[in-house]
Amino acid sequence: MVGAHRKLPYLLLLPALAVIVLVLLVPLGYCFYLSLFKHSLGTGSHNFIGLKNYIALLSDQRFIASVFRTMLFVAVTLTLEISVGFGLAVMMHSLARGRGLVRAVVMIPWAVPTVISAMIWGWMFNDRLGLANRLLGLIGLIPAPLVWLADPTLTWMAIVIAEVWKTAPFVALIILAGLQMIPIELYQAAEVDGAGGFQKFRLITLPLLWPTILLALLFRTMDALRVFDLIMVMTGGGPAGSTEVLSLYNYKTLFSHLDFGYGSALSMTLFLLVMFFSLVYVRIMVRRAI
Amino acid sequence: MKKIAAIAPYVFAILLLLLIALPFIWQVLTSLMSSGEIASGSSWPKGLYFKNYLEVFSGRYSFLRYIANSFIVSGATAVLSITIGCLAAYALARMRLRHKNIFMLAILSAAMLPQIAAISPLFLILRRVGLLNTYWGLIIPYTGFNLPLAVWMLYNFFRQLPPELEEAAALDGAGFGRTIWHVFLPLAAPGVFTAAILVFIFCWNEFLLALTLNTQESMRTVTVGIAMFPGLYEMPWGIIFAAATVITLPLVVLVLVLQRRIVSGLMAGAIKS
Repeated sequence: MVGAHRKLPYLLLLPALAVIVLVLLVPLGYCFYLSLFKHSLGTGSHNFIGLKNYIALLSDQRFIASVFRTMLFVAVTLTLEISVGFGLAVMMHSLARGRGLVRAVVMIPWAVPTVISAMIWGWMFNDRLGLANRLLGLIGLIPAPLVWLADPTLTWMAIVIAEVWKTAPFVALIILAGLQMIPIELYQAAEVDGAGGFQKFRLITLPLLWPTILLALLFRTMDALRVFDLIMVMTGGGPAGSTEVLSLYNYKTLFSHLDFGYGSALSMTLFLLVMFFSLVYVRIMVRRAI
Repeated sequence: MKKIAAIAPYVFAILLLLLIALPFIWQVLTSLMSSGEIASGSSWPKGLYFKNYLEVFSGRYSFLRYIANSFIVSGATAVLSITIGCLAAYALARMRLRHKNIFMLAILSAAMLPQIAAISPLFLILRRVGLLNTYWGLIIPYTGFNLPLAVWMLYNFFRQLPPELEEAAALDGAGFGRTIWHVFLPLAAPGVFTAAILVFIFCWNEFLLALTLNTQESMRTVTVGIAMFPGLYEMPWGIIFAAATVITLPLVVLVLVLQRRIVSGLMAGAIKS
């Protein structure tokens, strides 16, 4: 009886571990294996070529450009999400009443499937009928309608706005949870000592909120690195490949060119990129915890 | 003067909320306009025009099929990953276990794996075993990708329950199985339910795996179906957004009703790590 009880927790863990190994780890290993081959579903070739796929990546301009775009996307959206999210959180925190309602409305963008938010924003930025052009025209900011999704810079702006709309509210909720954990006595004590609003923010809010912000950054970085749905549906990588991020190039290599060897090498690169960033964050967090 | 200062944050908040809700509101408004109204550039429907919704549910397009597919796949994944997740989370949260931290770390780092890193092998494996374009072909990968999050959320819910629970039941002479079934599960039910809803939402919204693994028209899920729609027909914006509203509204209602639970469920995972 005692022996059975001692084994029970491991038995309970077994199905979960089995699923994770079978569905996540085995494919990851297989992906690395595939990346060492010239493996095409089109021609049916399957030849071992060692690390040649990875070497080819280094001189692949399309790959380098897609990595650069991905990084730029991560940097720009993260900056905006954290600032907008922070502003939203402070706003929600300052409300004495109706916080529940505000929180519910803020959850809407989070609940809308990314594919659909991509379509909504594609429609918002429609050059002839979109709301964006009409509103901008109404307040006289633009003399003529902008053809948003035909110009690389404007397309990027549209994509970033759509992404920030979808994710900043979630960041705000995380930061709000962090704000609510700061004891109000700290502020009262600071006021007694004659601290102003900015000083209170810099000396109390920011340091105590930093772990929460770091956590939001970690989550958002992981998601932004693998951005796919939004750009795939909104632009398909266009105009003229100017919004082709790494995951999109990866997808096209696999399922348009049917090049599973090179495509798997691209996947491994994206995986390593995600791992690298998560390790950096975890290191920062651990160092702060000590 | 003081009154204005007291009201100002609320006015600001309402404006901001309108801005956040605007794209969604406009989507619903567009879905209530005829194609003539849309083409003429009106932004408010003249009357309530429900023909787009009738079109969505008519046999002309496959939306009903997509919705059924999504329901089956998301529902099955939620049941499967919550069942497996409950077993693991119970062991981790409420039982004596050596190397607990290693197990936790293994499960959590599995959550970091980007789906695209598994997509080429998953495609080849599922093709080999004949599961492409089947429900199981999506349910199995979905369960894998949602399990780490499910375990983590359930672990946090279970840990919050009083530790004396099982002991008290055992003192009353209840066996282990009965203790779990009659004492533990009823108390854990709200947390389990929230986790199940979240997994369901994640699967309902998933796009990449559904796009690559179930390519056959009849096996598409809602997200893929609606994304492919403009390619098949000439952009009928009214119909697209009627379909989009049908797909999104249940989620929005769910989130509005359960927001407190959902937020605390997501936060439990977020804050404590």
